[in-house]
Amino acid sequence: MAEGMKLHFEVNGDDFTRAGETSSKVKKTLSQLGFNPEVIRKVAIAMYEGEINMVIHAEGGDIDVEILPERITVVMKDVGPGIPDLDMAMQEGFSTADHSVRELGFGAGMGLPNMKKYSDSMDIDTKIGVGTTVTLGFVAQG
Amino acid sequence: MNVKDIAEKLKLNFYAGEELAEKMAKGCYIGDLLSLAMSKVQMNYVWITIQTNVNIVAVASLADAACIIVADGCVPDEKTVERAKEQGIIILGSELSAYELAVKLSEMGI
Repeated sequence: MAEGMKLHFEVNGDDFTRAGETSSKVKKTLSQLGFNPEVIRKVAIAMYEGEINMVIHAEGGDIDVEILPERITVVMKDVGPGIPDLDMAMQEGFSTADHSVRELGFGAGMGLPNMKKYSDSMDIDTKIGVGTTVTLGFVAQG
Repeated sequence: MNVKDIAEKLKLNFYAGEELAEKMAKGCYIGDLLSLAMSKVQMNYVWITIQTNVNIVAVASLADAACIIVADGCVPDEKTVERAKEQGIIILGSELSAYELAVKLSEMGI
């Protein structure tokens, strides 16, 4: 790969049945490019959590992925309600998801904590009533 | 051990992916919270759950699970089976509980 590759995706809001499609596509691309399986796994898990968050809380949004040989950056941007208490949202087990979402196996309060755990850097820009942008960085070995 | 051997010994029925059953399996995770499953299921693990909605396919695919076993006689949704077939994910079913399945898997060396 001589230079970076940029990918853009739109995530449909309120469509749980398609959640994970974007992560799957990125995973496939990274595999084809020969990235380390552990790096791919981290990107896939963190992105999936982000996708689910966008569907549960923000009626979808946009995802931009930049792939460089040494670094992968994922920017997930929504125009949802924003995160009122980021410190709480970062705690494992804290969730504002409703019952119907929990019945599907989501809403365990692991979304943002998992995104932080599996990325090498995470930046959250959120404003109430405006939206949230989460930027995830992953260091690719070799 | 491959998924085919597991399916035979545990008398599991295939909902999807029977043609892929030569896939090797090692390790097992039991859980119904998708975020936890996503981070705990390792490559080629057997994932036992009672979740039946279509999102289990995405989790198994992203985590590179060997297969999903739906326990306690739960039946995967039609859409789940359809998506699993599209994405090459093996889904098996059993009347046994997750515990009973795990004990048997352990006896088989998984």
